[in-house]
This record gives sequence, C-alpha cells and structure tokens, in this order.
Amino acid sequence: MIKITIDPVSRVEGHGKITLQQNEQLEITQARFQIAEFRGFEKFIQGRPYWEAPVLVQRLCGICPVSHHLAAAKAMDQLVGVDQIPPTAEKIRRLMHFGQVLQSHALHFFHLSSPDLLFGYDDEVRHRNIVGVINDYPELARQGVLLRKYGQEVIRITSGKRVHGTGAIPGGVNKNLSVAERNSLQQDIDQIVDWAESSVELMKQIFLHQAEWQKNFATIDTHMLSLTGQGGALELYDGTLRACDRDGKVIFDQQSCDDYLDLINEHIESWSYMKFPFLKTLGVEQGWYRVGPLARINNCDFIRTPLAEQQRQIFKSQQSDGKPVQATLAYHWARLIELLYCAESIRELLDDGDLLGDELTAQGEMRLKGIGVIEAPRGTLFHHYEVDEQGLITRANLIVSTTHNNQAMNESIRRVAQDSLSGQELTEPLLNQLEVAIRAYDPCLSCATHALGQMPLQVDLLDAAGKLQSRKYKQAGN
Amino acid sequence: MLIFAYGNPSRGDDALGPALLDEIQQIAAHTRLAFELEFLSDFQLQIEHATDLHRHDRVLLIDACAETTMEQAWRFSVLSPDTSTAYTTHAMSPQQLLGVYQQVYGKSAPPVFMLALRGQLFNLGEPLSEQAQIDLQQASRFCWQLLQQPDLQVWLDLAAK
Repeated sequence: MIKITIDPVSRVEGHGKITLQQNEQLEITQARFQIAEFRGFEKFIQGRPYWEAPVLVQRLCGICPVSHHLAAAKAMDQLVGVDQIPPTAEKIRRLMHFGQVLQSHALHFFHLSSPDLLFGYDDEVRHRNIVGVINDYPELARQGVLLRKYGQEVIRITSGKRVHGTGAIPGGVNKNLSVAERNSLQQDIDQIVDWAESSVELMKQIFLHQAEWQKNFATIDTHMLSLTGQGGALELYDGTLRACDRDGKVIFDQQSCDDYLDLINEHIESWSYMKFPFLKTLGVEQGWYRVGPLARINNCDFIRTPLAEQQRQIFKSQQSDGKPVQATLAYHWARLIELLYCAESIRELLDDGDLLGDELTAQGEMRLKGIGVIEAPRGTLFHHYEVDEQGLITRANLIVSTTHNNQAMNESIRRVAQDSLSGQELTEPLLNQLEVAIRAYDPCLSCATHALGQMPLQVDLLDAAGKLQSRKYKQAGN
Repeated sequence: MLIFAYGNPSRGDDALGPALLDEIQQIAAHTRLAFELEFLSDFQLQIEHATDLHRHDRVLLIDACAETTMEQAWRFSVLSPDTSTAYTTHAMSPQQLLGVYQQVYGKSAPPVFMLALRGQLFNLGEPLSEQAQIDLQQASRFCWQLLQQPDLQVWLDLAAK
C-alpha cells in the first residue's frame, strides 16, 4: 500500500490533511480528509447558565455565528417551556437567518468558488483567486462584496450588533424592527434580488457549459438529509427532518427534530477527531449522507418564492429520471438558488407588519432538555442541551454541518484522486482538483482562523513502510 | 483613522487584538490625540470589511499572530495588495482585503498598517496566556507611541525597520 498525504496547515483550527491510499494496482482504495473539529466545547459550556448559551456559542465560529446563535436559542425556547414564540419574534429570527444564509452563500460564491468556476480548475493558481475575479469580472466581485454587506446589515439590525449580537433570547427576541430600520433595508432589497437572480443565471450557464464534466467531477451517489417545511417546502429555520435515499425515495419524513437521536447515530474513527454521522436504520456502512444546499434543494418539493422555485425546477430537470442531482459541483448551483430564495424571502418579510410588533417573548414552565435544529448555510445544525434544576448546563451535544458531510467529502476526494491521479506522482492540477472538490461542500475548516501565521500546503508521498517517497510544497500564492 | 482589531475573545491568545483595542479605546476616551479615531472589532477578516476602510486616510489592523518564530512581542508593517490564495475556505488575508477594496472603490486603499501580536495558545475557552499578557503591555506602549505620531512618513519608517 502507498499513502499520499496532503497536509495543509493553517492557524488555530484550519488544520486539514488528506491521506490517499493506493493498492498495488495504484487504485485509490481510501481517502481520509482530516480536519480539526472544535474541541473543548463541552468544557467551555458546562456549568454556564442556559441563557448564556445563544451568545456563548457564537464564539465557536467566526463564519456562521448566527446559525449557532439561532440553533441555541431554539433549544433554549424548549428549556423555558416555549413551544411557539410570538409571530414578531419568529419573523425577526427568520429575517436574521435569511441575512446570515445570504451573506454566507454570497461569500462562498463570489469570494471562494467563483475563481474555480470562472477560470476552470486547471488555470494557474495565481490567477485563480479572488484577485483574478476582480481583474476579469470587476462587477461580479463588487456585487459579491455588497451582497455580503447587505446580509451583514440584516444581521446587525435584527440582532442589535454587527458582531455577535444578542437578538435571540430564550422564548423570543429582545428587539423588533423600527420603521426606520425596515425602511433602510427596503431601500436596497430589489437590487439584492436582481443580483441574486443574476448569480443563479451565471451559475447555470457555467454548469451547463460543461455539463458532462460538471456532472461527473467528484460526484458520488448519496442519501440526503435536511429539514423541510409545510408540504415539503424548502425550509431553513424550522421544520421536520426528511431523509431521501440515493434514488430520491423517502427514508423518513416529517420526523420531529426532538427525535434526532432515534434517527441519527455517530460513528468514531481512531484516525479522525471528527465523528461520522449515519442514518440508524441503514447502519454505518450504508447510512452516511449529505447535507447542505444540494440536499435541501433535492429533498424539498417546492420553494415558496417564485423566482427561486423557477430555478429549482430548472435545476431538477437536469436529472430526467426524477432522481436527485448528485453532482458534487451542483452544490454551487443549489447554493445560489438558496441565495435567491433568501433575497426574495427578505423582501417578502420586510413587507410584513409583524416585524414591527411589540410582543417579543413567550414564557412557559422550565424543562431540563432542549433541542434546536436549524439549516445553517452548510447544512443541518443540531444543538442539544441538558440543564440541572438551577438552569446550569450539564451536557451539550452539537452536530455541525461539516460533520454530516464528513464521509461524503472523503468519498468525493477518493473519486477525484481515482479519476485524476496517474501513477504515484502528485501534480499541481491534482492538488487543485482535490481542493475544488472539498470547496464545493463549503466545509467550515477555519473557525476563528486568520491568515497571519498561515502555513503552506505540504504534500507527502509515503510508501507502504511509511518512508517518504516525495514531498510537494506549496507556498501560499504559488 | 480606523483601528480594526480582529480575533476571537474566547480563544486564548487570539483575544490579543480585541484586548489591545479595548486598552486603546479606554485611553483614547480621556486623551487628546493627533488623530480622530474610529474603532472596529470582529472575529476575522471578511470581504465586506473592505467597505470599512473607506473614508479613512489611514488604517491600523491589529491581530494575534501564530508564528512561533516571532522574537518580539509585536511586529509592525505596512501592507500592500497581494494575490495569495489560501487552502482554507474562509480565511482572508489583510492583503487580499486591500485587493477587494481596489475593486469596490476603483482606487487604492488608504495606507494600511499591520500590528501583529505574538500569540502562542489558542484553545477555546482559555484566557490570554501569561506571556501574551506581558506582550500585550509592550504592544500597548508601542501602539500608544504610534498614535502620538501623525506623520505618515514616521509610520512608514517604523514599518520598514
């Protein structure tokens, strides 16, 4: 056996490493993508009063703090015995969440994946980055920044602060929207919807331009898990769990999130800090699945907003047999359909007078367990807390989106390596393609990481005895 | 001038940037300075921060640095746009931020300086390490001297050292 190791090391938690294993026939038999999941969270949160959780959990991640904030707040609703928060509170939270998903998807497309998509995967790396996009597609890059800025403004207004606000509290929210705040968001929303629609169109063209290649690159057939709303609608904030198999047939549907432990289990591997979730009824080997935009757009029966629904139908028509779209690169397309859905939903919500209402919280009888589930930008996010009689947290369990996609990312990497690795030579295009495959999932590898102190990419080729055969070293920017 | 510190206050020495910003803000509240200061703190750099650089004639970024080879408590430098690309999917370099600025506004960003603070321990839930607390005081003194110097050339000279 020959092991090929790709070890990109970045600051704090951006540590990732790929190990490819070949057999004697040089076929890829296994791919292991190791990333350092945030550890120590239980220690961090244990003994804290439950009401601190929605604020504390935001410190887990600098990328999607609002998703953690809202998932924790939903769990806290249960702890304070509230099954239904007031309409104003729910709509403020939904607005906040749409802002979060919009800005996150905008960042991913315009900043992270558009260089791959626009320039192709074999383009020179120095060109294939955001600066390349800026030079070649100046308007696109500008729109990306301003879309992101708009999403952040929605978050600021709904949560009270630009960074790590306190908007959602147990049982509701702590502020509504003023007329001035609503008006300020309404000023730009038509432009935001237009840009979002254009981005889906662009993505569709990119996908269809190289349809066969796009459909095959890093593609794997998987089950898919997501929330769905009433009638099977696309749902990001609250709903029930639906899992569909590789052919699109329902494995389970309309399952309460409170029962997630009956549906999902987590497998542990000695070589990874990350767990491997699987559907209990199918077992470890067969039960792994994907979450995130691809799963959500495949799993839902319709989208409430007209423009996004139109795009969903075009997306689904790519698969003439009615089966799910399994192309890994279709994550990008699905993500932008959701971007459009969020923009349309924000526009719709801003016309809703409930955002200005005064009933912000509900109250109930204290309970000892709370489970909050939300569709974060990267996929389904579970927060589960238990407290003692004093309201101090005794146990916390989180399953984050990237963890759900753990096995799927390994399989996509294996597929790329199998298709593109010739012999035992690691090439620059291969490294690029492995990164492109990972990037499609938008994994959150870099909670609270910055670029300072960033380490270069190192690639090792080891033989069966563990002896280094070759090393490839990739400095940032090269 | 904008002073923008970034880092996660709940991750050990990653809190160095926000901690220094707090100190500066407290002192600035009671002191007349050569600059009109605006303060910003966030967990990490993102593309929309390009819009925060706008309408400032100078920017000071402050961040913890995980380089273990740093001999001093801090390192002061001037930044220029860079085309570096990162493996990590969400990290953004300050140099890339300048590139984004150029696109959005069609001109070069104002002079942007980086004050990198030596950090060693970045565990979730941990406070600043003892060494980081000592380093913070040194960096604070340097930063304060810097803010007494309105002349851009002085900053450039210091950054070139």
